[in-house]
Amino acid sequence: MRYLPLTPDDRAEMLARIGVPSVDNLFADIPAAQREHELPRLPLHKSELEVERALSRLAAKNVPAGAVPFFVGAGAYRHHVPASVDHLIQRSEFLTSYTPYQPEIAQGTLQYLFEFQTQVAELTGMEVANASMYDGSTAAAEAVLMAHRVTRRRKALLAGNLHPHYRATIETVSRYAADEVVALAPVPTGGEDIIAAIDAGCSCVVVQSPDVFGNIVDLKPIAEAAHKAGALLIAVFTEAVSLGLIEPPGAQGADIVAGEGQSIGNALNFGGPYVGLFATRQKFVRQMPGRLAGETVDAEGRRGFVLTLSTREQHIRREKATSNICTNSGLCALAFTIHMSLLGQTGLIRLARANHAAACDLADRLAAVPGASVLNDTFFNEFTLCVPGKASDVVEKLAAKGILGGVPYSRLAPKSGLDDLILVAATETTTEDDRAAYAAALKEVL
Amino acid sequence: MNREGRGATTPHIVGGVSAGPVTFTGNRGLDLEEGLIFEIGRTEVTGVDIAEPAPFKDRLGSHVRTAPLELPGLSEPEAMRHYVRLSRMNYGIDSGLFPLGSCTMKHNPRLNEKMARLPGFADIHPLQPLSTVPGALELMAELSRYLLELTGMKAVALTPKAGAHGELCGMMAIKAAHEAQGNGDRHVVLVPESAHGTNPATAALIGYEVRSIPARADGTVDPAAVKAALGPEVAALMLTNPNTCGLFERDVVAIAEAVHEAGAYFYSDGANFNAILGKVRIADLGVDAMHINLHKTFSTPHGGGGPGAGPVVLSQALAPFAPVPALVATADGLVLVEDEGAAGAEQALGRMSAFHGQMGMFVRALSWMLSHGADGMRQASEDAVLSANYVRACLMDVMSAPFAERPAMHEALFDDTWLAGTGLSTLDVAKALIDEGYHPMTVYFPLVVHGAMLIEPTESESKASLDLFLGALRDLAMAAKAGDKERFLGAPHYAPRRRLDETRAARAPVLRWVRPEPLPNAAE
Repeated sequence: MRYLPLTPDDRAEMLARIGVPSVDNLFADIPAAQREHELPRLPLHKSELEVERALSRLAAKNVPAGAVPFFVGAGAYRHHVPASVDHLIQRSEFLTSYTPYQPEIAQGTLQYLFEFQTQVAELTGMEVANASMYDGSTAAAEAVLMAHRVTRRRKALLAGNLHPHYRATIETVSRYAADEVVALAPVPTGGEDIIAAIDAGCSCVVVQSPDVFGNIVDLKPIAEAAHKAGALLIAVFTEAVSLGLIEPPGAQGADIVAGEGQSIGNALNFGGPYVGLFATRQKFVRQMPGRLAGETVDAEGRRGFVLTLSTREQHIRREKATSNICTNSGLCALAFTIHMSLLGQTGLIRLARANHAAACDLADRLAAVPGASVLNDTFFNEFTLCVPGKASDVVEKLAAKGILGGVPYSRLAPKSGLDDLILVAATETTTEDDRAAYAAALKEVL
Repeated sequence: MNREGRGATTPHIVGGVSAGPVTFTGNRGLDLEEGLIFEIGRTEVTGVDIAEPAPFKDRLGSHVRTAPLELPGLSEPEAMRHYVRLSRMNYGIDSGLFPLGSCTMKHNPRLNEKMARLPGFADIHPLQPLSTVPGALELMAELSRYLLELTGMKAVALTPKAGAHGELCGMMAIKAAHEAQGNGDRHVVLVPESAHGTNPATAALIGYEVRSIPARADGTVDPAAVKAALGPEVAALMLTNPNTCGLFERDVVAIAEAVHEAGAYFYSDGANFNAILGKVRIADLGVDAMHINLHKTFSTPHGGGGPGAGPVVLSQALAPFAPVPALVATADGLVLVEDEGAAGAEQALGRMSAFHGQMGMFVRALSWMLSHGADGMRQASEDAVLSANYVRACLMDVMSAPFAERPAMHEALFDDTWLAGTGLSTLDVAKALIDEGYHPMTVYFPLVVHGAMLIEPTESESKASLDLFLGALRDLAMAAKAGDKERFLGAPHYAPRRRLDETRAARAPVLRWVRPEPLPNAAE
């Protein structure tokens, strides 16, 4: 077996050194009645060529986004990632290293995390950021738990236009932690009145902008109302590129920002692995979940970086930890930070404009199709299309014509009764021909 | 001890300072220093060519960004050099032996990376019509089939994104099951002292009170202690098996029976599954839920701290409570049930995260499984256990190994008794190992032994590689006992950084770069 270096002779020598006749002696603590003597009922080992063949056959059954005009978003976005990003994250020393618990030989990881934290803080307009979380939805759930710790209240108020998967993730953790969640009903056209629902029992108000329907939300008045009630504003985003062009939550009074960073540096991957971005104010830093890289000096006075404030974490605090999380999304954070370093703000703003232009063009084209209408006043690179009949049927018919036209909102929230809405995203990867093809196909389908 | 293949280097250090001149740049030959992107990049530079769109009427309303932004850019050559230089300050499995106990740093085959990057896996969206991704569902089903066959369990929840997330999922399933049976008042979870910190943290997160179970003298859990702690208020026992001392809990069946008899569930922490792959099916031990770290046992890379993946296998009793999305085989083929309460997920515990889990890791893990096959997986476990026992056997005479009367599983545990009187600590030994070209073992864990050193060689090391490592450790042990203190106290001497001040980092945390204040002009 090509990955196992020991030879039969090696094994015999090692057994002799240990002083046992057979490897089975080393498994003697497994109760005899339960020990397996047969191989698992699975195929035997395969050559590299055979594995490639088997997995390529499965991959070939799927329609990759790059093969068709593609407009699917709703929390994961197809962007172009420079070739150098994927090359660099596969460097052995990044790919095959561990959590940097031995900082003297993990300065590469620690320095990029420090750079990543700074980039995330700048992008969101916040003071500090952590070294990433699993993804946007779990980051949002952790933000709610953190708000409970900070305010000592146990009720979260969720905007109706929060991504339904994010809502479900928060609700699930809250249900088992016996915390209260109040979730408002969705308002696809935007402008929902969440301020009226804020009361003195709320630990936090969770608002997404751009929201799941694509509307950009003015967070300032919500932040003011939340603060007046002694609650925190948790601002959520699912499209990090948008922050190159729209006012970041930090400039609007957000206390915690939780978002998805997949769209910078990371592939779609059918939903994971992604990278959760988490930022807050300096004064809450000791209540923050997740890992943090911090600056220090070594014995010779040279600047270096370490994981810090780990007394918040599970391996030290056990049941009193701020979170049970003991990892981040290291390699996805690396992809994010490399792509962001390549972009710089000049490239990021240009990328954001290219996205916004593509979406505006598509919205105009689709709104001109008889029977279809665009609900949004404002949006970044995703908007909501209202169609006659069932959105899920329309999306299927478009797929049959080779257009992946978006996400029926009913797929995310089947009980909402909003069955005629399609969430449509257009990034810089869409061409004018793609957008024209979509409009033409929609005309045929409706 | 075999010394073949060792470099014939003699240390050229005098009093801890390199014998060569201090360089003007701070670089030393191939050891290159690297500034932060904020120091080398410029905000007007970009390494990505993006065409400026033709003028158009924007739809941003009054939400245009006015907040300052300070994100420097790097041209592509600058970026390549920056990250290559950073990478060279890291130690990885490809650099050398990475004997971190409990972490299973095994070889990461590049085939897995290649497979995960096939456009049919990497370039598909979780919400594109399911009719356009049958191969993705098939891959998930195949991975599930392998995990269920290897564990004998009844259902698997693929979505958890890491081991701790899997623990959360499994414990929520237990809580959901109790509530469904009207036993929601059970509020205590038993956790052995030697458990990973995530176990108590997870239990506490969902409102359980944690009750600790002591270990007996041989490092394992005594069924009598479990029975004494059980009662009508206990919801579950969380047990790591093989445990964090590297021992198989030989009374696990009796423990599981006692737990079930008391109306509680048995959660198993699968961090150390690598030791028993193909050797025992955990269902036969009475386990109700166990998470599996795909980044440990199935070699998906650790990546400097993630992303991982922590699917959870469930017993018949807990299967109905698996979270959504759930993959259900129907007459019409595979269906991904995405909504709580829908057919096939009527009692689902909820949703762990957006979308369907760590697909990129599923591909890598399945690639590893197909490559090894039933025979290779079993051989991998045997080799991992053999190597760990070999390590212990070769170091027993110079270091102190608690619980050595029982076979080790996949990792060898040492304490710091052997350092008594040397004035040196476990940390000093770890840092000295860096100078010898190795990543240190796990230190100060498990907490149940003093100054713990936990060595996990995995199945990926050749005997020659193990012998060199053991030689280095033996030499260090002798040097420690011979009073060669400076070698240890000043270590590491040869890393990109000398020992770092972690206390200072925590006292006044600097967690991001800020532009330094311009210095006032100094008088000439």
